[in-house]
Amino acid sequence: MKRIGLEIAVLASFAVALSTLSGWAGESAAVRNCTWCHGIGAQGYTVAPRLAGQRPAYIMSQIRSFHDHTRDNPFSIQYMWGAVASLGPYTARDLANYFASIPPRPANDGNGALATRGRTIYMEGIPEANIVSCYACHGPNAEGIRDIPRLGGLAYFYIKARLEQWGQGYHSTPGSPMPLVATHLGTEEVEALASYLSFVR
Amino acid sequence: MKATGVRLMLQIALLVVALPASGHAQERMAAARAGGLEAKLEYCKTCHGLSGQGYLGYFPMPRLAGQQPEYIEAQLKAFIERRRTNPIMANVAHALSPPMTAALANHFRHLDPPPFGGAPRGSTSLGRKIYEEGLPESNVPACSACHGADGHGQNEIPRLAGQLYPYMVGQLTGWSKVRGQGTAVDTSAIMAPTAHNLTRSQIEAVAAYVSYLH
Repeated sequence: MKRIGLEIAVLASFAVALSTLSGWAGESAAVRNCTWCHGIGAQGYTVAPRLAGQRPAYIMSQIRSFHDHTRDNPFSIQYMWGAVASLGPYTARDLANYFASIPPRPANDGNGALATRGRTIYMEGIPEANIVSCYACHGPNAEGIRDIPRLGGLAYFYIKARLEQWGQGYHSTPGSPMPLVATHLGTEEVEALASYLSFVR
Repeated sequence: MKATGVRLMLQIALLVVALPASGHAQERMAAARAGGLEAKLEYCKTCHGLSGQGYLGYFPMPRLAGQQPEYIEAQLKAFIERRRTNPIMANVAHALSPPMTAALANHFRHLDPPPFGGAPRGSTSLGRKIYEEGLPESNVPACSACHGADGHGQNEIPRLAGQLYPYMVGQLTGWSKVRGQGTAVDTSAIMAPTAHNLTRSQIEAVAAYVSYLH
């Protein structure tokens, strides 16, 4: 009886050691912790945005902003502040590179009737209304660059919520021009942009 | 007095009628017009940096701070007339009235933020030599002859001091593909042979040097 107990204890400690090892080697535990909310293949799920194909420098800058509590909208506070609290910089970098390497699948969940209008605003802005072109920073295919995020294919409700939140005074990366951009956008422009971007591949 | 009062009341009445019916974009345009110079400056600075120091988006957005007003006005005109190819700036320039353009250019002339920075430091001494002495063997005159020893430019000749490194490299490597388009000859023709005669590494050296000038 005593011996069986000992065997179980040895086996258990083996199992713990093994799972820790495999966690380090393949990062599968850390990845699973993300995809639990961010969806199968990190393609996004409800309020959690797609991470697949996102710019690695952007993912890292956002992890930092959750960590420093500078990105402060309700879902960030509720989910992401805690989620990144014990994430070291190297794990953050590895996760960012891993998710960036997964090909993104567009959400395609916007209003198709608004997409053409959205594309015009994305490319040209509305100079008469002091609305800037999104293309100048986010690129011709909304692919982003460096720490400027890919917007192409993100879910309609995610983009809509982010654009509205800047107008409502929530913050993100310090020094970002986005609060200035968003204050000039009305509901019509936000819905058109979010619709267009949800279809971009 | 009475006539202006009536006109004002009519305009207000028109606005009240027009706003709910005309949709959101019209409201935004009315707000932008009401915002005047301040709102337009904010619009420029969204891309060109919050103090006009330039910004790196998908494309490098040039520094406007301390720029010569004549140069800014000439370039906005070149965008509209498609002598300088830039679809984004053509749209931006179309929406600017001449007095607004003059007011914006005058505002940027007086800004003096530190250079954006970030250029590689390795070749700045070669850059300085090219800037101050030119490359006589390659028919490249000294940049300082026109742009000034301090790189501040004059009249229609642009300030280069503190200009973004990737912007400078992009302009000098692509000069004749972007500027001097169409049949009309403009001042961009002055730079065309010089830009052509510089090698890529010479362009990078001079771009790095001017990017750190104050």
